[in-house]
Amino acid sequence: MTLRFLIRKELKQFVRNQFLPKLIIVFPVMIMLVIPWIVNMDIRNIRLSIVDQDGSSTSEKLIQRLEASSYFILTDVTHSYREALRELELGGTDAVVEIPKYFEQSLISGEQAPLQISINAVNQTKGALGSNYLSAVCSDFYADNFQTSSGTSGGAPAVPRISISVLNKFNPLMDYKIYMIPAYMVIVIILLGGFLPALNIVGEKEKGTIEQINITPVRKTTFIFAKLIPYWVLGILVLSVCMLLAWLVYGLSPGKGIWTVYLFSVLFIFAISGFGLTVSNYSDTMQQAMFVMFFFILIFMLMSGLLTPISSMPRWAQILTWLNPPRYFIEMLRGVYLQGCTLADLGTQLLALLGFDAFFGTWAVLSYRKTA
Amino acid sequence: MSENAIYAESLTKRFGSFTAVDHISFSVAKGEIFGFLGANGAGKTTAMRMLCGLSRPTSGRAVVAGVDISRRPEDVKRHIGYMSQKFSLYDDLTVSENITLFAGIYGMKEKDIARKSRDMLTRLGLYGERDTLVASLPLGWKQKLAFSSAVFHEPAVVFLDEPTGGVDPVTRRQFWRMIYEAAERGITVFVTTHYMDEAEYCHRVSIMVDGHISAMGTPSGLKAEYGAGSMDEVFYILARGARRSE
Repeated sequence: MTLRFLIRKELKQFVRNQFLPKLIIVFPVMIMLVIPWIVNMDIRNIRLSIVDQDGSSTSEKLIQRLEASSYFILTDVTHSYREALRELELGGTDAVVEIPKYFEQSLISGEQAPLQISINAVNQTKGALGSNYLSAVCSDFYADNFQTSSGTSGGAPAVPRISISVLNKFNPLMDYKIYMIPAYMVIVIILLGGFLPALNIVGEKEKGTIEQINITPVRKTTFIFAKLIPYWVLGILVLSVCMLLAWLVYGLSPGKGIWTVYLFSVLFIFAISGFGLTVSNYSDTMQQAMFVMFFFILIFMLMSGLLTPISSMPRWAQILTWLNPPRYFIEMLRGVYLQGCTLADLGTQLLALLGFDAFFGTWAVLSYRKTA
Repeated sequence: MSENAIYAESLTKRFGSFTAVDHISFSVAKGEIFGFLGANGAGKTTAMRMLCGLSRPTSGRAVVAGVDISRRPEDVKRHIGYMSQKFSLYDDLTVSENITLFAGIYGMKEKDIARKSRDMLTRLGLYGERDTLVASLPLGWKQKLAFSSAVFHEPAVVFLDEPTGGVDPVTRRQFWRMIYEAAERGITVFVTTHYMDEAEYCHRVSIMVDGHISAMGTPSGLKAEYGAGSMDEVFYILARGARRSE
């Protein structure tokens, strides 16, 4: 069978490449082991200036409390708000907490004691989280020092306090790494399974070897499948490496869902590689294929729910994500890894990927032209 | 017409407003070595690509090995071999892997391929190099290997596009011996070349100028017709009038 000869050719060429075999080891290891520790949504090391107008023992205690928090680095304590704000504007500090005059006195007499927090919100996540942390530390401080004493003195009427205890399901420690690790696997697969095929056929065009294939009676379907199958094998191998690393290093495993993950991966790699080959068929140079792939892969990733939730996208964008194959793969992977979804819960995703397989598979074959 | 391996009638290829090949008509008999000459840009390669089913004719008709090239380009490919001026075996495969691949694509059985390629490589003196990557072979060997690979599946017609470009005279001579052997086995050879001494080796030649066939006949016939001492002179007389060149 012709297919066998062609697949053997592709595998040999792959193995003999100076670069690619190393890439498929280094790439998943790098993404799985290094990136999760670097890309992190927990905000730390917020530089803090405190303006202490009060200068009392209470304000001193509050300053100590803020300084002790691992989220903040205390840059300076001044008496001038204007000065501190200037520093914030110049980028020397991220947040300013102003403790007003008569702060201690107001607290002791049970009056309101307003604190002012100014924070640089250029990075809105850092701004929002930073002010949350600051408020949390301040109200803890208030509760620890005054709530109890006012309760025992019985001076003020008891204010009913609502105590909310939050139980985080599926990711109890709200660890961003855990949430992102399935997403990193998807990135690895998209990049390897999408880019390598995209550069393959156009590479043969540049070398001129495609001519020697076009002159033969090889069937288009056979040729395209011979190109696809090695990437299929490769993708599954790389995914297995990623899953092993996720289990060894982060203790994450899909449990019984492992076969669901493999089933979806087979479908997804087919779709993304089919897309890559289609791009390759339309390109005349590797450079061209590369840029077209960058364009689409970037959109695929940003609109897949990989980094930001699809539910917070505008309605029109949400509709567009239906046409995005990685979307379904990510939903599956997070579902299985983080929530214990089974195949029965993932019917829509399965059908969608099957549809993309048929679509990109057909397109890849049709766009390959043996006769100009 | 059944005696003809190639038959072309008013074959034309236009790229936009540019007519690369302009209504050419000719025929090549079975087992003939047909030299297809012309200056750079005269339209030789375009014409050849149409005959191979790589490029669709804009108009006109051609039959290669009994198959209409416009209607069934893929069927033509079953019966032809092709070797282009741009060396196009796989550099990163070994000698025997290349042969096995292409023979396999033409549907030969692995056992037959092994036997036949051993014979062929022994004849070429390349058997010792069977596991060498093609990239590391000298150009002359590569060209011989590419030709042997193009006729390995015993096609009815083999198309050679400037097969001896950049090759030394000794290797060229050996190359032509291989062409003769192929012709003796009944393979029709359609060859383009810039070397006019090679044109003398052909049974018949045509000379293309600006997309037209300006002259066609046996080398001796053409020399007589143009009162020239060599094919070189014939070519010069005809190509001088060319308006297009690369």
